[in-house]
Amino acid sequence: MSILSHAFMQYALIAAIITGLSAPAVGTFVVQRRLALLGDGLGHVALTGVALGLLTNVAPLTTALIVAVAGAVLLEVLRSVGRTSGDLALAMLFYGGIAGGVLLTNLAGENAATLNRFLFGSIITMSRTDLAIVVVLGLVVVAATIALRPQLFALCQDEAQARVMGIPVRLYGILIAVLAAVTVTVAMRTVGLLLVSALMVVPVAASQQLTRSFRSTHLAAMGIGLFSAVSGLLVSYQIDTQPGPTIVMIAIAVFVVSSVTNGVLHMRTRQEAPHG
Amino acid sequence: MTTTPVIDATGVTVDLGGTPVLRGVDLRVLPGEFVTILGANGSGKSTLVRALVGLIPHRGSIELFGTPLAQFGDRRRIGYMAQRPDMFSGVPATVTEVVLSGALSRRPRFGWPTRSDRAAAAELIDRVGLSRLAKRPITHLSGGQQQRAHIARALVANPDLVVMDEPMAGIDAHSAEVFARLLGELEERGTAIVMVAHELGPLAPLVDRAVHLEGGLVEYEGPAHGPGTHDHAHDHAHSSEPATTRPVPAEGPLGGQS
Repeated sequence: MSILSHAFMQYALIAAIITGLSAPAVGTFVVQRRLALLGDGLGHVALTGVALGLLTNVAPLTTALIVAVAGAVLLEVLRSVGRTSGDLALAMLFYGGIAGGVLLTNLAGENAATLNRFLFGSIITMSRTDLAIVVVLGLVVVAATIALRPQLFALCQDEAQARVMGIPVRLYGILIAVLAAVTVTVAMRTVGLLLVSALMVVPVAASQQLTRSFRSTHLAAMGIGLFSAVSGLLVSYQIDTQPGPTIVMIAIAVFVVSSVTNGVLHMRTRQEAPHG
Repeated sequence: MTTTPVIDATGVTVDLGGTPVLRGVDLRVLPGEFVTILGANGSGKSTLVRALVGLIPHRGSIELFGTPLAQFGDRRRIGYMAQRPDMFSGVPATVTEVVLSGALSRRPRFGWPTRSDRAAAAELIDRVGLSRLAKRPITHLSGGQQQRAHIARALVANPDLVVMDEPMAGIDAHSAEVFARLLGELEERGTAIVMVAHELGPLAPLVDRAVHLEGGLVEYEGPAHGPGTHDHAHDHAHSSEPATTRPVPAEGPLGGQS
């Protein structure tokens, strides 16, 4: 394929594969915990991290990772020990993150165009070091969600039951939030901080239209995420659009197709039921 | 010979939001005993069982199998079924997946279910009459069928103590019969059962002892012989132990439990 003769496209493709797999891998648990907007909140917080990097001349990927992980831990602690409800804690992350991000970017003497790269992704400007970090972190997220799937499933399905069974509920709750934060930074260069949550949630929503079990939903969501990210990148190259929005629109198209398919299958089942 | 109680709770006190819900409750349950916790809404029944399994902080002493609750680590020995287990989930999960998750009390930190866990889950799903629905998402089941799946989840690790909070609430007659048969088998096997209930229905003949809570205190405690025979319950002087010596009124806590 000629477009892969460019080194930047090779990097972009690897980043897209890792993002497409890791975002729905953790997104399945986030959706099951009914925290679908967690990725959005953490994306906003990561923006403060990016700005901090710009201000201090440290790689934005590193500072975004540190700040997003800290935000994830704080959010989970607020949710589990405090009286702050999940949605209020998320709202604080949204507003604090975006305000802090813009404020620090101004102080760093940067403009909106710089922020735009991080808000909507700039997969083609990725360095080799950035790519190595994205690959390692993404693989850690995928491996953790598969290795701990039974425990994380039990926690997200019924927290009280999980606590009685001796599952370290607080620790694993924080782990899910931290994995989501790591995913946000992994996806930052691919789909951007504003759209990262879409890649965590939409493939899961599409997958569960067609699946019955948690396991198959988890795996199919990763498949849909992979397909959306890779095809989105290739299409964006062909039609000269930004990869992030293209990837997300393809994921939404998959959701629409799977919803329609699910609807048709349901109608058929109903029609056949009187005869069966 | 002394038998270590499965539950030995003394002076259990719980405040929720500054309001006293339990005010010094004593409860002792021996291996193989079937104890039912009765009382009006707000009497502290659910709070008591939630405190017993460590879900809410309490004052007083709770020992499980002779070990203080805070140090109790052998979670496999406890099966718990909440009043309304979380049934809604953002992602579908099959009956088998939900039941199998109960086996994680054997490996709560790390590890996948083993072949024997899967066999135990399949057997329990069969015993609660859900084999045909094992691969269905649990949310597609009726309320009674979901409750049966949840009791199967509580039992899949083969616990020595089963704590259930109103498992019979709102279930159909067939599910109630399945429950009665299952709990009868557990009792024969020597499993201790603590069950919060409003109505005992077909479970009444299985119950050894009833504890009646009122305003966060044990109001009555004594043998329970089931509907129609509660007036034969022995009257005894109130005492902190053994548990079966507390008075049961003529119109005892089982009155109207048919």
